[in-house]
Amino acid sequence: MNNIIVYCEIEDGHVVDVSLELLTKGRSLANQLGCKLEALAIGHDIKGIEKQLFPYGADIVHVADDKRLAPYQTLPHTSIVIGVIRDEQPQIALFGATSVGRDLAPRVSSALHSGLTADCTSLEIGEHTENKTGKEYKNLLYQIRPAFGGNIIATIINPDHRPQMATVREGVMKKEIYKVDHAGEVRNADLAKYLNDDDFVLSFLDRQIEKRKIDIKNSSIIVAGGYGVGSKENFNLLFQLAEVLGGEVGASRAAVDAGFAEHARQVGQTGVTVRPKLYIACGISGQIQHTAGMDQSAMIISINNDPNAPINALADYSIVGDIGEVVPKMIKYYKQNSK
Amino acid sequence: MTKKGFKIVVLAKQVPDTRNVGKDAMKADGTVNRAALPAIFNPEDLNALEQALSIKDRYAGTTITILTMGPGRAAEIIREGMYRGADDGVLLTDRKFAGSDTLATSYAISLAVKKLNPDIVIAGRQAIDGDTAQVGPQVAEKMNLPQITYAEEILAIDKGKAVIKRRLERGFEVVSCPMPLVITVNASAPECRSRNAKFVMKFKHAKTVTELQESTSDYMELQSRAYLRIPEWGVADINADDKDLGLSGSPTKVKKIENVVFQAKESKRLSAADADIESLMKELISNHTIG
Repeated sequence: MNNIIVYCEIEDGHVVDVSLELLTKGRSLANQLGCKLEALAIGHDIKGIEKQLFPYGADIVHVADDKRLAPYQTLPHTSIVIGVIRDEQPQIALFGATSVGRDLAPRVSSALHSGLTADCTSLEIGEHTENKTGKEYKNLLYQIRPAFGGNIIATIINPDHRPQMATVREGVMKKEIYKVDHAGEVRNADLAKYLNDDDFVLSFLDRQIEKRKIDIKNSSIIVAGGYGVGSKENFNLLFQLAEVLGGEVGASRAAVDAGFAEHARQVGQTGVTVRPKLYIACGISGQIQHTAGMDQSAMIISINNDPNAPINALADYSIVGDIGEVVPKMIKYYKQNSK
Repeated sequence: MTKKGFKIVVLAKQVPDTRNVGKDAMKADGTVNRAALPAIFNPEDLNALEQALSIKDRYAGTTITILTMGPGRAAEIIREGMYRGADDGVLLTDRKFAGSDTLATSYAISLAVKKLNPDIVIAGRQAIDGDTAQVGPQVAEKMNLPQITYAEEILAIDKGKAVIKRRLERGFEVVSCPMPLVITVNASAPECRSRNAKFVMKFKHAKTVTELQESTSDYMELQSRAYLRIPEWGVADINADDKDLGLSGSPTKVKKIENVVFQAKESKRLSAADADIESLMKELISNHTIG
């Protein structure tokens, strides 16, 4: 049986979250298919990296450790991924939809002539019958993703080409320890065989990685709080909900002025204008200065004690109630009902 | 050795404007009426064009060719590129391209680029109708060229190498890469300059043969001016293999499309009771708003 392989990104000696999330997903797909889960770690000074990967369910960890392999560059990483895939013949290969994964995966898929689906929001195993020929396929990877600016949801399959490749954004899948003492095998990738001299054409003149900045503009889900949230401590509830949903926290001007949130989170005329898929307005009355910055949101939910708050006129759903009661319930029922 | 300027090919795509789907673009059942969306120059491809134009500003003798693949009306974005300073363009168009996924698309584009033989290929990072960001790297692979993705600025070109600032998720890096190469440009790069009235005058009658046949009015005038002819290349012009194009050349197949149904703005009032919150969360999950 052909296995599932996950390309694992490493930052400062740590496997990044999206790779662990993919291992968790890969593990459950592997159990369903009855195959093994392989991880591929490429970098420098990464001896012992398998200890971070086994608990998430990896059965085999391929390690490529060489000083020329960090920081990431396209060509040598591509050569190693292609080499390992040719030798191991996995049926599925998963990559994080990060600046690395979205640079690497298309190049690999082109070289292998295997299809690739970008930014999947769900991965499932399913069947397919070809309309014209009646040919039946079992155990295909359904690669499910929004397209057309989020206006359609497409299910993509690769019936005849292997591996079936997909990228997934950080935070879309859940990260879960499989077994603390799960044991596996380490294999050193044969770099002399996989790498070519002309893979190293780049030279790095400068490289600065900053701390994660607040950027609510690009978030598809925003949990925003107003003065009605009451305190900085109560804003922590909004952060919890945003984290669970994979979104960011926004704030009204009144909340920012009161010191509940940073200015970078301010939505509205004097802040940023956002157009998320979902805007949850907590304790926000709905002054025009605020709504001008969010009224293009695809869906708006308002949570407010005041049944007559102006924001309710704009909202698709208005929940009349206390933030302290409603937000924890949203977290609870999201966790209970999400896959 | 000094070379006079560089030959640049800009890859551009005409896309439906999916960013602002208003009420006019909605069908009665709440799904998107794609035909009602305006066709625009893919935004990041405009950022790519600006990078090409800024090279042209700095290195005299540089030429810019817009290469686009699509139906006949995609010639509109070639003209749009020329209005902003591109020298010419090629429309890659053939019924056999229909149904191509990113890989089959990249195959066709790479053959056309080979024929143009540029020093630098610049494309937008991704197109807003698919958001895959795959075609740039796949064209680079098919041409066996290095790729520099997420470029924010092409800082210099010197001794056969391009020095490029790349935007990463949490920072940036500056790399030097030998030419020829493929560069994809991020939305965080400078916006494209606007149309230049002089170029609009010069190129407003630039047309493909197909467009000429549809409107005969300035046919005679155009026969005499080569720069007003936008070439159309089909499968035969790029020596493509039919089996690598369209559906047969595409490893990925679309199994199912679900339209996301938008509800009319009609406020539903809920209480803080468990049952209300639970049914709301279930609904948000089932209609893919969250999860």
